[in-house]
Amino acid sequence: MNVVVCVKLVPDPDSVGQLDATTHRLRRDLAEPVLDPGDEFGVEAGLRLVEAHGGEVRVVSMGPERALDAIRKALAMGAARGVLVTDDGLGGSDALTTAKVLAAAIGREPFDVVITATESTDGYTGIVPQALAELLGVPAVTFASGVVSDGTALTVTRQTESGSETILAGLPCVVSVTAGVNEPRYPSLRGIMGAKSKPMDRCTPVELGLEAVGGGAAAGQTVVSVTAADERRAGEVVTDDGDGAHRIVLLLAGARVI
Amino acid sequence: MALGSVWVFAELNQGRAASGALELLTRARSLGAAAVEAVCFGPEAADAVAELGRHGATTVHLCADRAFAELLFGGPAADTLAALVAEHRPDLVLFAATHAGRDVAGRLAAKLDVPVIANGLDIEAGDAITVTTAIFGATQVVRTEFGARRPALALFRPKSFAAAEAPDAISPRVVEVQAVIRDCHRRATVVGRSVETAAGPKLEDAEVVVSGGRGLQDPSNFELLREVATLLHGAVGASRAVVDAGWAPYSLQVGQTGKTVKPTVYIACGISGAMQHTVGMRGAQKIVAINKDPQAPIFKLADLGIVGDALTVLRQLRDELRSRQG
Ligand SMILES: Cc1cc2nc3c(=O)[nH]c(=O)nc-3n(C[C@H](O)[C@H](O)[C@H](O)COP(=O)(O)OP(=O)(O)OC[C@H]3O[C@@H](n4cnc5c(N)ncnc54)[C@H](O)[C@@H]3O)c2cc1C
Ligand SMILES: Nc1ncnc2c1ncn2[C@@H]1O[C@H](COP(=O)(O)O)[C@@H](O)[C@H]1O
Repeated sequence: MNVVVCVKLVPDPDSVGQLDATTHRLRRDLAEPVLDPGDEFGVEAGLRLVEAHGGEVRVVSMGPERALDAIRKALAMGAARGVLVTDDGLGGSDALTTAKVLAAAIGREPFDVVITATESTDGYTGIVPQALAELLGVPAVTFASGVVSDGTALTVTRQTESGSETILAGLPCVVSVTAGVNEPRYPSLRGIMGAKSKPMDRCTPVELGLEAVGGGAAAGQTVVSVTAADERRAGEVVTDDGDGAHRIVLLLAGARVI
Repeated sequence: MALGSVWVFAELNQGRAASGALELLTRARSLGAAAVEAVCFGPEAADAVAELGRHGATTVHLCADRAFAELLFGGPAADTLAALVAEHRPDLVLFAATHAGRDVAGRLAAKLDVPVIANGLDIEAGDAITVTTAIFGATQVVRTEFGARRPALALFRPKSFAAAEAPDAISPRVVEVQAVIRDCHRRATVVGRSVETAAGPKLEDAEVVVSGGRGLQDPSNFELLREVATLLHGAVGASRAVVDAGWAPYSLQVGQTGKTVKPTVYIACGISGAMQHTVGMRGAQKIVAINKDPQAPIFKLADLGIVGDALTVLRQLRDELRSRQG
């Protein structure tokens, strides 16, 4: 089974993000960039598919040079090879541009399953997987909380707003996985060492045959302002010495819900 | 540039128009568009027409093909919608940022090669169409303007607008359309479906939400939340940490990847207050937080913060509510 996993480099989610005041782009210099924790579930899901059915996991990323680190982590977990699409002109790309670039990189070779996370930790548009699937001409089984395969099709449990749905999807298809779909493995020392010698390809959008992609205004949308939101003001914080519950009751009564 | 038609992609929720569709129609009415229309796909679509009309849709493009329930929804819906858009050329199509809304909007953007803005909170239409989004846990507000390409597509977080019926609503014109289903989409079928049912009000609609996080320590303690929620005629919510751990079903998850709630009172029990959680509940009128860590970020937005053990406070709360009710 040929599995492709999309992985993204994101600023460490545990640090507070900030936008550059003039370019309106995420300041990536402030936080240590890491493989998006959400994508670790995708890598794990891909590895489990090839462990059960043979084949290999290829990882694809679009991003700055440093995104090689994200790919390397996926290789250390067990992926076979990686490709990074990188170009200065891609900074600030919108979801559609991202999907075009990923689709071009993925479509160069046959694939059975493409795995993404449901949403990236930094951009969280949550629409790259679907746009990607459309460009590849395949279904997108999103919000997967369980993925199993018999080698020819996938059976996917997907979360819905009101419960869950089971989808039987023929190959090829795109699957976006939620956190909790599995328990991602830690790279072993051998994996980390081995990753250094795995094939890693780097290319530009032009090399993929994409002439007119680019971020910002070219994408049909422009950020016109970034301002601080009205902050909610913190109220009273008290230490519970037996009357915490009573204070809550008073608040509930004040809000006329009891 | 005058705004032409604005369309709302209206989802169905258990045989009715989903609340997100009604919210979007309400907002669309005040954009000064030439027309406000709805698109509704699914076997029960006809049942939603009247309500869509009352909220301002003058036309409903409807397709009741069973395929929308039998196949994975996003692909067929995007193809059918794309055909309609090509025929009628709306300027703007609004979607709720639900799973289905994202599935359809993401595909449609790629199919038509038009821009799409996700996570919208508000929209203005003047010389340009501008969508407001919030980032970094809603601490910063970003305004993004669409260029000239049409249609512009935008997704809005549920509860961004309050739904209200239109005073001058008319019974909408219904246009039945044919489903467009490419072969690739026939390969993805729905083989099972389960709906979580909980007693009491739905999480999205409840006046009081009592939510639990990892600080509840054990899945069995969710029963205590349920007791308190029931006494308050409210609903139970959960953080993603406990949903991922299997303590609570996903349908109870509050936050960026879960539900957005705007209750009168939100009570966060043993929840740290990560920004991905707070974006889903910061719109509550009053926020109460119980957490043993005085530094927990949730206290920064709580109207009442109790530093203490969530289980102890919840038990006392349950007992006091019981004795009030006699
Ligand atoms: C892309 C992405 C999307 C996400 N979407 C969501 C989402 O939709 N919803 C969501 O909730 N999260 C979401 N998260 C996860 C989020 O970042 C947090 O990890 C999560 O909200 C933490 O859950 P928690 O507060 O229950 O757990 P923790 O962060 O572990 O906090 C537990 C809290 O309990 C307190 N505690 C411990 N014992 C007690 C006690 N006895 N009494 C009282 N307090 C106690 C601790 O002090 C602590 O503050 C998302 C993350 C990512 C990356
Ligand atoms: N630049 C990128 N490189 C690789 N994968 C990406 C990129 N952007 C998004 N993805 C994938 O698509 C998912 C959804 O992203 P988004 O739609 O931006 O929230 C992410 O979690 C990744 O798996």
